[in-house]
Amino acid sequence: MSEPILEVRNLIKHYSSVTAVDGLSLAVPEGICFGLLGPNGAGKTTTIEIMEGILEATSGEVRYRGAPLDQRFREEAGILFQKTALQDFLTVRQSITLFRGLYARGLSVDEVIRMCALEKLAERDNRKLSGGQQQRLLLAIALVNDPSVLFLDEPTTGLDPQARRNFWELIQSIKARKKTIILTTHYMDEAELLCDEIAIVDRGRIIAQGPPRRLLQEHFAEVMLELPRQDFPASARALPLRIIDMAERIEITTDDLDTTLRTLIDAHVPLNNLRIRPANLEDLFLELTGKELRA
Amino acid sequence: MIKRLAAVWHARNLEFVRDRSTLFFTLLLPIALVVGMSFVFGGRERPLFKVGVIAAVIDKQAHPFLSERYVEFVPVTDQAAGVQKVTHQQIDLLLDLHGAPRYWVNTDSPKGYIVEKLLLASAAGAHREPVTGAAVRYVDYLFPGILGMNMMFSCLFGVGYVVLRYRKSGFLKRLHATPLTAFEFLTAQVLSRLCLIVFVTGVLYIGIGTIIHFHRAGSALLLILVAVLSALSMVAMGLTVAARFSSEELVGGLLNLLTWPMMLLSGVWFSLEGSPRWVQWVAGIFPLTHVLDAARAVMIDGAGVADIVPDLIYLASTALVFLAFGAWSFRWRYD
Repeated sequence: MSEPILEVRNLIKHYSSVTAVDGLSLAVPEGICFGLLGPNGAGKTTTIEIMEGILEATSGEVRYRGAPLDQRFREEAGILFQKTALQDFLTVRQSITLFRGLYARGLSVDEVIRMCALEKLAERDNRKLSGGQQQRLLLAIALVNDPSVLFLDEPTTGLDPQARRNFWELIQSIKARKKTIILTTHYMDEAELLCDEIAIVDRGRIIAQGPPRRLLQEHFAEVMLELPRQDFPASARALPLRIIDMAERIEITTDDLDTTLRTLIDAHVPLNNLRIRPANLEDLFLELTGKELRA
Repeated sequence: MIKRLAAVWHARNLEFVRDRSTLFFTLLLPIALVVGMSFVFGGRERPLFKVGVIAAVIDKQAHPFLSERYVEFVPVTDQAAGVQKVTHQQIDLLLDLHGAPRYWVNTDSPKGYIVEKLLLASAAGAHREPVTGAAVRYVDYLFPGILGMNMMFSCLFGVGYVVLRYRKSGFLKRLHATPLTAFEFLTAQVLSRLCLIVFVTGVLYIGIGTIIHFHRAGSALLLILVAVLSALSMVAMGLTVAARFSSEELVGGLLNLLTWPMMLLSGVWFSLEGSPRWVQWVAGIFPLTHVLDAARAVMIDGAGVADIVPDLIYLASTALVFLAFGAWSFRWRYD
């Protein structure tokens, strides 16, 4: 196991009477994509902003390569915030040039433009970009100093599926360059695709941490059956099944699929709209907290 | 540090120059004001004769002339300044009653000619000291005032609202995530606005000066120095206001609280001579008062560096104090 590039020790952050982060500790090894998962209000943005050095913790500390966050960290970190506005009236190239000028070392502006597939947009006013193009520009700005550690705070929120897939490809190409990535998201497919390790955060605390596949194996030996709520009669609730009520569907977890299906057929539950799938991170979160991730 | 500062400075310049509507109104407002005011006040003369009397307080019993009707008598404490006013026809005659009475009158001034007759009719025997010099028109007096006022608004509101917008949009937060320091950011903003303001003021000076046939008496280089220090002081003042707050209403209110008293009490429109002492004292606090005193001294009286050193020191000092306070209290985030 390599030495952690970033280490968080017993982090606490209070906002008046609200505790946003409550004694959170974690260590991020160099070269991996580390995901912070949790629903809105779980404390992941507060945590990542303290890790970025943008926000001060009430107590606890963050260390980069074994030292407190300092000027070296600012030179070597790349950051993509959840929401960022750029300076008006600047083109894509000029926006990147501005940020390139703030760092002692980094990539050339042309190289960053090429990496983020912005060649055709380079001379366009940054206010005239689509959501996906805007995110690619912000990613380019985050990469302009060739960072050792890259923070991405919900980078694909609000993007259409195509733009999201394009963005994932970009992040995978950055991963291939052995950069350390800290990613917050509430999209489970995103986390499963990109993250080597995840920490699930709820009420400012980590409630599970590890590689996604290992966490799923630890918590689920079962498969999930999904049925629309209207297809599930009230009388079927008395059946000997592990039933979870979701907003518009019923979920049943089982490690004996044959017996469960036979039970449903015997109870005359219509199975035309039945969906069977393996457990995913969303199920894991539900299992651990009793809440849906995007609640 | 210089590289970071230059990057922010350059980007801000591009933003300003490309914001055509703001640029247009920055130029249009002072032109409209000066042209309008020159129409309104250009041909009109004041109804009273104005005579300066060298004394701290005027004693009406000291000379029969001091009881004349339709003549306004104003105390003058500095003889040299009083003579200069006669030269510029800002007063029609200067009277010294210490010892044998003597007076200065501008032989080029029609009003001086008449008021001299009044003086001699009331009591003959005063010693005559003739001077010559063209009148300073009201528009000549107003011209530096309008340039200074435009500079004040542009510096305070231009910089104050820009920083506020950056903070509210999250752009400042993004800059905070880089090695850029608050001092570097603020200095870049000050220098960017300084360059633009000096350029715009130069364009206005040449443009309006040509329209109103203004003749500068002093050094152009000294005038540029006054403009640079003036812009520095007022941009830094605007940054101080915007350094911490996130509310447009609050920042707007604070900027109005600063600009309106300065506009009214710093001598933009009229000289504060003869106004209550406390008003003059308050006016002396405002940077704009020192801007206008120094600019008028150079533009109208042909003053040299030595004559305006106190104003220059005041402007430089306030610039440093405001910038230091702004950097100390600066907040990157919008909370």
